[in-house]
Amino acid sequence: MAQITLKSLAHSYSPSPSGPEDYAIREMEHVWHQGGAYALLGPSGCGKSTLLNIISGLLTPSDGQVLFDDRVVNELAPEERNIAQVFQFPVVYDTMTVYDNLAFPLRNVGTPAAKIRERVAEVADVLDLTSLLKRKARNLTADEKQKVSMGRGLVRDDVSAILFDEPLTVIDPQLKWKLRRKLKEIHERFNITMIYVTHDQLEASTFADKIAVMYEGQVVQFGTPRELFETPAHTFVGYFIGSPGMNLMEVARTEEGVRTGTVDLTLPPALRNAIHRSRSRNIKLGIRPEFVEVLTEPGEASYPVEIDNVQDLGTYRIVSFTFAGMPFRARLGEDRPLPRRHAYVRFPEAWLNLYIDEFRVEVGQ
Amino acid sequence: MNKVYNNRAWFLILPMLMLVAFSAVIPLMTVVNYSVQDVFDANTRFFTGTEWFEVMLNDPALQAALLRQFAFSFTILAIEVPLGIGIALLMPKRGWQASAVLILITLPLLIPWNVVGSIWQLFTRGDIGLMGVGIRELGYAYNITRNPADAWATIILMDVWHWTPLIALLCYSGLRSIPDAYYQAARIDRASKWAVFRYIQLPKLTNVLVIGVLLRFMHSFMIYAEPFVLTGGGPGSSTTFLSQSLTTMAIGQQDLGPSAAFSLIYFLIILLVCWVFYTAIMNSQKDNTTQGGA
Repeated sequence: MAQITLKSLAHSYSPSPSGPEDYAIREMEHVWHQGGAYALLGPSGCGKSTLLNIISGLLTPSDGQVLFDDRVVNELAPEERNIAQVFQFPVVYDTMTVYDNLAFPLRNVGTPAAKIRERVAEVADVLDLTSLLKRKARNLTADEKQKVSMGRGLVRDDVSAILFDEPLTVIDPQLKWKLRRKLKEIHERFNITMIYVTHDQLEASTFADKIAVMYEGQVVQFGTPRELFETPAHTFVGYFIGSPGMNLMEVARTEEGVRTGTVDLTLPPALRNAIHRSRSRNIKLGIRPEFVEVLTEPGEASYPVEIDNVQDLGTYRIVSFTFAGMPFRARLGEDRPLPRRHAYVRFPEAWLNLYIDEFRVEVGQ
Repeated sequence: MNKVYNNRAWFLILPMLMLVAFSAVIPLMTVVNYSVQDVFDANTRFFTGTEWFEVMLNDPALQAALLRQFAFSFTILAIEVPLGIGIALLMPKRGWQASAVLILITLPLLIPWNVVGSIWQLFTRGDIGLMGVGIRELGYAYNITRNPADAWATIILMDVWHWTPLIALLCYSGLRSIPDAYYQAARIDRASKWAVFRYIQLPKLTNVLVIGVLLRFMHSFMIYAEPFVLTGGGPGSSTTFLSQSLTTMAIGQQDLGPSAAFSLIYFLIILLVCWVFYTAIMNSQKDNTTQGGA
């Protein structure tokens, strides 16, 4: 049980890093509170697993500190950190039975047999492994093995945290859902900090209370699934979260206002002023496809567009259109009227996000 | 499902049958043929039934050789297997050191059997051999032509020197194939070094060790050239193993009937031991409960 703090943490696999590109983890500050259910979300190669291995101690960071509560644990080996980690591919001790596998982490520290029996029975029950306890682990299926791997983490009730490194990769889709629920259940029951690495946004948002989105070795946003959706703090979060991702348009200042491509935008004064105050050349406006309004008749602050195609996905439709030379998408409920070819779109100001140098800037009203 | 019955399909296994016939069945049958007859010359032969087998099984010299043979094979296995595993565990895992050590370790395996015998014959000579002279200098009257214990120890040492590398190489490849995640999981589970060896490394080595033990058992049970060159089976008959007894009988005395019967017994013993060993290992990997059933 501990709060895990990452203090000016950075890691490079190269012995003499010359620039930020050489860092798998760029300098970051982060706090994982005791008892939270967290997800670490990001594309392959963004440094998620590296970060997890640093927390568990399998990797020693090249810079900065890892703290468990107030204790610096950089120098401590994983065995001394009292932390559990479940890997992407199931690791079981082949020659042991399922029972012995689950008991193994407890036996290694000399837990009394009665306590071991009780813990193993409890974890086996939660993971539906009770009927398999006497079987040899080598003869199990891949998902049974992965449940055993998870069980070895869960059986220790005094751990600082349990880290999951994409644990459901090898699991069947139906079972994935069930196991995710199980993990959530276990989290509520035992109140252990859990950090769950995944590249699947759905997995992250069903499991975690708060999600850290990683991109190029940085946590670009740490927030609830709702915050990630409504106010992505980085263009990458906008693009990565949601289906389809956020529409982004590069904008430029003109004397009078703001223009994207060849289109002059009608923007609320606060937003226009914020853009004008910025010195940067990298300014983007983003809006989620869910919030783009598609109209049949021109309205206030609307722009005429040509619809390229419509994908019907049952309860909703994805409308692709070209706006100012850029591909855009809008997500429409099935009941909404849909123009044939010529349409007008509106970007409600409440849902327009301003990004300067890829990071979101809050615009006062 | 409409199954088509066409017995001509049996002809398809004919090539395989012929191959096996030439490689195994025909040579073996020749031996069987001799083992049940008493052959005087090309035209004179008598059917003897199981007589040669009885004679062979009751021959005290052969019984003694068989016992020595078992003692030898089990001794070298008991030394070479743990030693090979130990060496494999200590070998460097990457870099040029790994390649260098691999080559050094492999060297003894590249030397032909009778050359190994000659090397050790010279090495252990009391007048000029490095080891022979060295041990004598230390005050022990080392002499493999006089003292059976010295002869035994030397033959075992020679075999360990020659063949431990094989076990080490097999184990090394087995250890290299264990994914890192196992070691990481063991660290997370706070497993001791011994537990890592016992529950990760050793189980993952089972398959290569089965091959290693079977090969070494068969090889050592058939050992011939090395002790023959080194000690000639002596002093007395203290290092006369089965192959040497058989060769003396078949080539030296031209006793075709008895040696054929003896060859078959020899073959069956090796087959039996390998089967028992293999079955025992395979059974130990199964679930020992009936519950659930795999």
